[in-house]
Amino acid sequence: MKLFEYEAKTILAKYGIPTPQGGLATSASQAKEVASKLKPPVVIKAQVLVAGRGKAGGILFASSAEEAETAANKLLNVQIKGIPVKSIWIEEKIQIKRELYFGITTDRFNQSYVAIASAAGGMEIEEIAAKTPEKVIKLLINPEYGFRSFHARQMATKMGYAGNQISELGKVLERLYCIGMDYDAELIEMNPLVETVDGKFAAADTRIILDDNALFRHQEYKKRLLEGESELSPQELEAMKNDLAYVKLDGNIGVIGNGAGLVMATLDTIQYYGGKPANFLDVGGGAPSEKTALALKIVLSDPNVRALFINILGGITRCDEVARGILEAKEKVGVTKPMVIRLVGTNEEEGKRILTNAGIHVLESMEEAAQRAVEISKQGDK
Amino acid sequence: MGIVIDKNTRALVQGITGTQGSFHTKLMLEYGTKIVAGITPGKGGTEIHGVPIYDTVEEAQQKSSADASIIFVPAAFAADAALEALENGIKKVVIITEHIPIKDAVGLMAIAKQAKATIVGPNTPGIVTPGECKLGIMPAHIFKSGGVGMVSRSGTLTYEIAAGLTRNNHGQSTCLGLGGDPITGLNFIDTLKMFASDHQTKAVVLIGEIGGNLEELAAKYIADQKYPKPVVAFIAGRSAPSGKRMGHAGAIVTGKTGTAESKIEAFRKAGVSVAEKPNDVSDLLTKLI
Repeated sequence: MKLFEYEAKTILAKYGIPTPQGGLATSASQAKEVASKLKPPVVIKAQVLVAGRGKAGGILFASSAEEAETAANKLLNVQIKGIPVKSIWIEEKIQIKRELYFGITTDRFNQSYVAIASAAGGMEIEEIAAKTPEKVIKLLINPEYGFRSFHARQMATKMGYAGNQISELGKVLERLYCIGMDYDAELIEMNPLVETVDGKFAAADTRIILDDNALFRHQEYKKRLLEGESELSPQELEAMKNDLAYVKLDGNIGVIGNGAGLVMATLDTIQYYGGKPANFLDVGGGAPSEKTALALKIVLSDPNVRALFINILGGITRCDEVARGILEAKEKVGVTKPMVIRLVGTNEEEGKRILTNAGIHVLESMEEAAQRAVEISKQGDK
Repeated sequence: MGIVIDKNTRALVQGITGTQGSFHTKLMLEYGTKIVAGITPGKGGTEIHGVPIYDTVEEAQQKSSADASIIFVPAAFAADAALEALENGIKKVVIITEHIPIKDAVGLMAIAKQAKATIVGPNTPGIVTPGECKLGIMPAHIFKSGGVGMVSRSGTLTYEIAAGLTRNNHGQSTCLGLGGDPITGLNFIDTLKMFASDHQTKAVVLIGEIGGNLEELAAKYIADQKYPKPVVAFIAGRSAPSGKRMGHAGAIVTGKTGTAESKIEAFRKAGVSVAEKPNDVSDLLTKLI
C-alpha cells in the first residue's frame, strides 16, 4: 500500500525528522489559508500516488498566498497521469545545498532489510546506481539488533560528512529506520534527503510503501485503503476486499485462473499467440461458485473484454465442482461474452461433461485454449 | 533419495485441526508420509485421522521425536509457530501459510540461519519426493519418481509443468516450491546446490517469475560453477506491467528490476535453455537428457 506524501511526511515529523513546514488542502481557498501561514516561496504538490508526478505537471511554485491559491485551483482541476487530484500539499520551499538519498528496502537473497544511501539524490535510486554506482552505499541490516546509531554514523561518514554533521545526519537515518520497522514498510525512502544551506538535514520528499500483508497491524491505513482514496481501480479494490488478486491490463481477453504463476503464464501464452490480456485474476484455491461469480463480474466490468479465458488446473480442487461453479456464476452474472474454458485435474471427465451439456466447449490444452481465445478476440477486427 | 525429505522423514503438522491442516494431513497420510503428531493449542489429548494432537511442540517432541514440521496456521501466528518448531530442535520447516508480513519473515529467517535449519516457504505448495514423502498440498497423482529435480516459486504453474513432465515420462526426484513471497527460506541457489549432489537428480527444471533478482543470481551461479547437470528454466510474467503485484507478494516489477526479460537473458547467457511456454519445458528436457 502506497502512502500519500502528506501521510508519509506527517509520520516523519512525528518521529522528529525535519520536513518542510506545510499543510494539506482540498480546495483553493484552503490552500491560500495554508500558504498564508508559511514563509514564501511555497511549493504546491498534487497528492497522487503515481511516479513521475513532477514531470507530469503535478508540482507548482508560488511566491505568495494568492499565487498559491491560483496554483491550487489549477492542480485541483487537472488529472495527473489519468488520476484526478483530490488534495494538495503546500509547503515552504527549502534552500537546498545538496541532495542526498536514503532508503530502506528488502534484500531477498540475504533475507533481510538493507539500508541504501547516496551522496547524489533527487533521481530514482536505480538511476543513481546505474549512473554513479560508486556513490551508492549499502548496508545489510542484521535483524537481531537492527540499524543502530553506529550504523547511521558509519553511513553519514561514507556520505562525506564530518564533525557535528555526522550525528545530525545519523539521527535522521536512524529515525527513518524506526519508522520503517514500526509501520511495516516494504520500502521507505527520503529522496531527496537534503542538506540545507545552513548545514541541517531535512526530508524534502519521502515515499513509504506499507507491506500489504502487515496491514492488519495498521488498521487506520487499511481503512483508508478500503474506504477512502487509494491507487487501486474500483475493480482492484473489489477484488482485494474479496481476497482475489486482480490487475487491470489494457487488452481485450479477460482471464481467470487459479494460482498466481499459472495466471501469469496464461497471460504470457495469450501474448505469445498475438493476443492481448485484459487483466490478471487469480481466484485462488478451491474457487467456490460465489468466488467464481465475483471473478466473472469483476472481469466483465471492463468494457474492453471481448472474450473470456478461464484456465483452471484443478490439482486437489475437483473439476466437477469448478464446472458447477462456472455454470452458477454464468447464470448469476449473465455472461454474454464468448468463453473459452480449459479445465484439467481431479474429476476432469465429470467437469467436462457438465460444461459440455450446458453448451460450453472445454479444452484440455492451455495452448490450444489460448489460441482459441486469441482468435475470438480478433473477430470483428477486419 | 531426492532432497530435504525422504521416506524416513517424521513430520509434525502445526495447525492440524484447521480446514486446510486437517484435509491435507489426510492426503499426506494417504501418500505415505509419516505424520507423527499434530499441534493445536487447546486440543491436546485428542486425535485426528489417527494422529495424536498436542498443545505444544515441546510436548509433541517428547513423544514423537519428529525431524520436520509443516505449518498451516494463519498468517498472524505463522512465524511464531515456525519459531516454536525451531526452538524445539526441528530442522526442516515447511510453511504453507500465505500473507506472512515481511518483517516477521525476516526475523524468522535470521533465527533459522543460526539454528542451521531449512525453511521451505512461506507461501509454498511444499515439497514432494515422489513415492517417498509429501510435505505439502500438491496433488499427488501428477508426480512420479524419476530424475528431474524441480524448483519453483509458484504452485499451480508447477503442477502444470510437472504433469507435462510426467506425461512425457520425465519423472521427478524432488519437487520443491520456494514460495511466492519476497522473503523465503530456501532460494534457487540453495536448491540447485542440493540437486547437484543428489544422485537421483539428472537434470533440473527451474520455474521462476517476475520480482527480485534471485533468478539472475541463480543464472550467475550456474555459469560460475559450471553447474554439473542440465537446467531448463521457465519464467512467468513476460506480460506483467511494472509496479503491479501479480498475485504473489513477491511477483512485482519495480522500475526496471525483476522483469522477465532480465531473468530470461541471464539464463540464456548462462547456457540454460529457457522455455517459451510451460508446455515446452518437457521437450527441451528431452533434448538435453
